[in-house]
Amino acid sequence: MESKSFHHALKILKDVCIGCSNCMRVCPTEALRVRNGKAVLYDNRCIDCGECFKVCPVNAIIIEQDDFSEIYSYERRVALVPAVLLGQFPTDVSPHAVYTTLIELGFTDVFEVESSAEVLKDFINEYIANSNTPKPVISSFCPAVVRLIQVKFPALVDNIMLLKPPLDLSALYYKQMLVDQGVAESDIGIFYITPCAAKIAAVKSPVGDSYSYVDGVINMDVIYNKVLRVIKQKTGDDITYKKACTINPQNILWSLTNGEANRIKGRSLAVDGLNNAIDFLERLENDEITDVDFLEIRTCDEGCAGGVLNSGNRFLTVERLKNRVNNLLDNKSDIPTESAKCFEKYRPIFKQNISVEPVKPRSMLKLDEDMAMAMKKMERVQRIMRFLPGIDCGSCGAPSCQALAEDIVKGHAAISHCIFMQKMMEQTRKLHPDHSFRIMESIWGKDRFSKGSEKIKKRKKR
Amino acid sequence: MKFEYKIEGGDFTHAGYASSQVKKVLKQLNVDPKLIKRVVVCLYEAEVNVVAHACSGTIYIDISTERIKMKLEDKGLGIPDIDLAMKKGYSTASSAVREMGFGAGMGLPNIKNNADEFNLSSVVDQGTVLEIVVYFK
Repeated sequence: MESKSFHHALKILKDVCIGCSNCMRVCPTEALRVRNGKAVLYDNRCIDCGECFKVCPVNAIIIEQDDFSEIYSYERRVALVPAVLLGQFPTDVSPHAVYTTLIELGFTDVFEVESSAEVLKDFINEYIANSNTPKPVISSFCPAVVRLIQVKFPALVDNIMLLKPPLDLSALYYKQMLVDQGVAESDIGIFYITPCAAKIAAVKSPVGDSYSYVDGVINMDVIYNKVLRVIKQKTGDDITYKKACTINPQNILWSLTNGEANRIKGRSLAVDGLNNAIDFLERLENDEITDVDFLEIRTCDEGCAGGVLNSGNRFLTVERLKNRVNNLLDNKSDIPTESAKCFEKYRPIFKQNISVEPVKPRSMLKLDEDMAMAMKKMERVQRIMRFLPGIDCGSCGAPSCQALAEDIVKGHAAISHCIFMQKMMEQTRKLHPDHSFRIMESIWGKDRFSKGSEKIKKRKKR
Repeated sequence: MKFEYKIEGGDFTHAGYASSQVKKVLKQLNVDPKLIKRVVVCLYEAEVNVVAHACSGTIYIDISTERIKMKLEDKGLGIPDIDLAMKKGYSTASSAVREMGFGAGMGLPNIKNNADEFNLSSVVDQGTVLEIVVYFK
């Protein structure tokens, strides 16, 4: 009863990939291998966290998005904007400037994703108060966390909160609002400006939902470049910014660390960062952590401010968002009592649509469906591990000796892929040096063995 | 399949290592997550018991396609009155241990609740043997 097909936003461009193995070494679920000099992705293990995207030195890993021109397929083109977008820009670029520019770029409406946190927080508190829900309730906000739990912590899937995240709620709300104003539903295109790959995967293949209200996704770095260019090219007089849409300042910080947990009643904890998330879930699965009501877990440091598609520094982003909150709170007139009223009106519609289906596990760890078979394979893994050097050098094209051993028993690799095994087999004349050379070529590609500077690339990012 | 883990009395920092390892094995063997949970709860509680009360101990794990057997043997003070030890809320833990969040007196009853077979025997001033079985089907 496990879901079988997954859409991944992360794609490897085979022609660009140089098979440097940087991605393979950082993948938290060991989903990458190197074969024939190229990175290869095991689909069922990938959680779309974007770690590989961050380290690729040649931009061979891309985050598949919708083309910007797609927005023109619709009459009403709504930009669904996460709060962290504003945090990318220098302080002298105001929210009004960014939103006005988005309209100039071709959108007809701009709406902040976190607006719907206004109602979501009540639904979450209600959800937690229900004694039948397994505790702690784990937030469904970060799609990479939902996927991480599915593949690595299947025993915890029942703890995932079965409520839609702000992204879907805001899309639902805005669409419904336009429909009520007389706009035909087919004319409305809701485009989410995403700070990460996981959100794209969540829109394209939602977990626990049959479809998404979001019609398209555009990467935040693309929007950032477009907006900043327009703003930079403006001179003197043509700067007249309309007042931006307003959001209840309390909701602006929702996507940052503790932004959600702080709004939830009971004992709530916030965990950020991929390794922290894995460590915490491990302890939670052991029942080492008890009596927690609500868990906000985000795989990026500092929450969405650390999203892989952000152009700005995460700490500056957090600072700017907090400044914006303070500014809005100082200037009380900016607080949108109107939009709060609107949300009240739509509360019944939220209530009707907020639930999602239970999340199914898709464990990546099992060696075989059949337990007896899995046991045989595990015994083989243990035997193989006695031969492997245990230094996780990655020369075999797998991220660790353990991963190679598991690949071998699953029929994806051979023990002769290990360079230490090759040396031993050569010494006992079980393997000809020419043969072992061909094996290494088949893993790393012929180019890896030719002289040249192309194969050594420094990491591209700060 | 058999596994063996050593436990050192008083080393709370590493309590939970064996349960994490066993959990990993059961996941690889495609055991139902709900059963894994029960096994891990039993083993973690039992592990912490040894750390809290004994000088040292050994965990013997034996997994077949039908069940997992967990045997924890420790050297230590032993349990003078097993019936009392099995009572909910009864605890001999020192205040220092309680401060660390252990010693609520729920350990043994909780293990028994999650186990299909539960066997506790002890010799005072020598040690305790706890045997737990969880069936997979």
